[in-house]
Amino acid sequence: MEFAPIIEKVAFNLMKYSATVLPDNAIKAIKTAYEKEKSTTGKAQLGAIIKNFESGAEKSTPMCQDTGIHIYYVEIGADCPIDDLGKFREALTNASRKTTTEVPMRPNAVDPFGSNSGDNTGRYIPWINWEIVSGDKIKITAFPKGGGSENMSTVKMLKPGVGLTGVMKEVVDWMISAGGQPCPPTVVGVAIGGGADIAIKIAKKQLMRPIGEPHPQKEVAEMEQKLLKAINTTGIGPMGLGGNITSLAVHMDYAMRHPASLPMAIAVQCWAARQSAAEISADGKVKYLHHDIKD
Amino acid sequence: MAEVRLTTPISEEEIRKLKAGDTLYLSGKMFLARDEAHLRAIEMFDEGKELPFDFKGLAVFHCGPIVKQDDTGQWHVVAAGPTTSSRMEIFQDEFIERFRVSVVIGKGGMFERTTAAMKKYGCVYAAFTGGAAVLAADGIKKVEGVEWLDLGTPEALWIFEADNFGPLTIAIDSHGNNLFKDIADIAEKNRPKAYEIIGASKE
Ligand code: SF4
Repeated sequence: MEFAPIIEKVAFNLMKYSATVLPDNAIKAIKTAYEKEKSTTGKAQLGAIIKNFESGAEKSTPMCQDTGIHIYYVEIGADCPIDDLGKFREALTNASRKTTTEVPMRPNAVDPFGSNSGDNTGRYIPWINWEIVSGDKIKITAFPKGGGSENMSTVKMLKPGVGLTGVMKEVVDWMISAGGQPCPPTVVGVAIGGGADIAIKIAKKQLMRPIGEPHPQKEVAEMEQKLLKAINTTGIGPMGLGGNITSLAVHMDYAMRHPASLPMAIAVQCWAARQSAAEISADGKVKYLHHDIKD
Repeated sequence: MAEVRLTTPISEEEIRKLKAGDTLYLSGKMFLARDEAHLRAIEMFDEGKELPFDFKGLAVFHCGPIVKQDDTGQWHVVAAGPTTSSRMEIFQDEFIERFRVSVVIGKGGMFERTTAAMKKYGCVYAAFTGGAAVLAADGIKKVEGVEWLDLGTPEALWIFEADNFGPLTIAIDSHGNNLFKDIADIAEKNRPKAYEIIGASKE
């Protein structure tokens, strides 16, 4: 069966909705933060954020002027009867191009040796993360990533001797120096192990978890909780204007590490935690997972 | 912490009443300027050239908007969130000294030079919520005009008519208080407490 035409249409919808409507779990996390914020300034910032994304959703305009760099995650079921896999990249690229004029999304793909391509596409962009999984479905997630928070992401190669406490200290220090720059309240993705490239990939993927859902492994979940508490003790607060909610959640994961290294990565997500996913079954039926999308 | 509504041009007396932490809603004429427009304005002033309009008492907004032009030539704002103000730190004080603007709007805060100039000449820095582009566009009634389009749309000197634009948080007042600096100091003071939570030593 030919899936590329479905993928193009679905990816367009996903990118559009991700830019204009926050997923329910993000809305809930920000609204809870508003309830819990004790500082008046911090509360006012959260109030403005809520009013802003509600108004954006209502008008179907992007909630933030920075509509991010276009990223897709594609999981392909090994048993899915696909005849046109080679056309998937083109389908996703077409979708991104179309969102630029039709949503509209800000053209955010700049050639380091030239100029802005004007349509959110170009060399390697949209970036597509491919994965083969079991089953017969295709899952696509649109994940546009803003520059302000991405600029606060990092990879560090620690000495294994510093241990897990050393890892946590790096996270705390890093988030204190980031201050208000990544448009807090943030979600902080942390990963250790693997290698430099592996750690940052895992860290970024943590940003796609429902906000605040603990890691299934107890030790990891405990570390997430400690880190969240530590970051929120700093007093940086929403937009760095002071308050007890600097981060909404810390999501952590890990890979095996080389005996000589302890890579760690921090991926930072701003309040505009935008994403949208859909599942396409073997018969071409589409199920949207974050948004109520018709057609 | 007061909630204040002001209309530009704003007198120095009104500005001096504002305190760091106050909430401000702004109406009236404001203009958008980023790095390039700041530099050009300062240069023209120093060469004795006439500027397109008088900046005195107005609000300058650090913003590169998404705008579109309709068939009649009228410009409309699609999104207008603040850009990072720290880039303007190197010349904001000279800008305030020469033009006596009353409000600087942006995100992320500004530093000592700007804080000193604001104290000396009676100006405030008002932080707008980062990324809140729809809210910003809602507070803009109309695009009154644009100058220096040769700098490109994000860098041009846009003139907006604001209508209860906000909420803005007064982050630097005209008395030397800087909220962002206070928060950085607080975070520094809280660092040992954060270390304690994660079980790290406090050095
Ligand atoms: S960091 Fe996020 S909310 Fe802030 S301007 Fe960038 S994309 Fe928008």
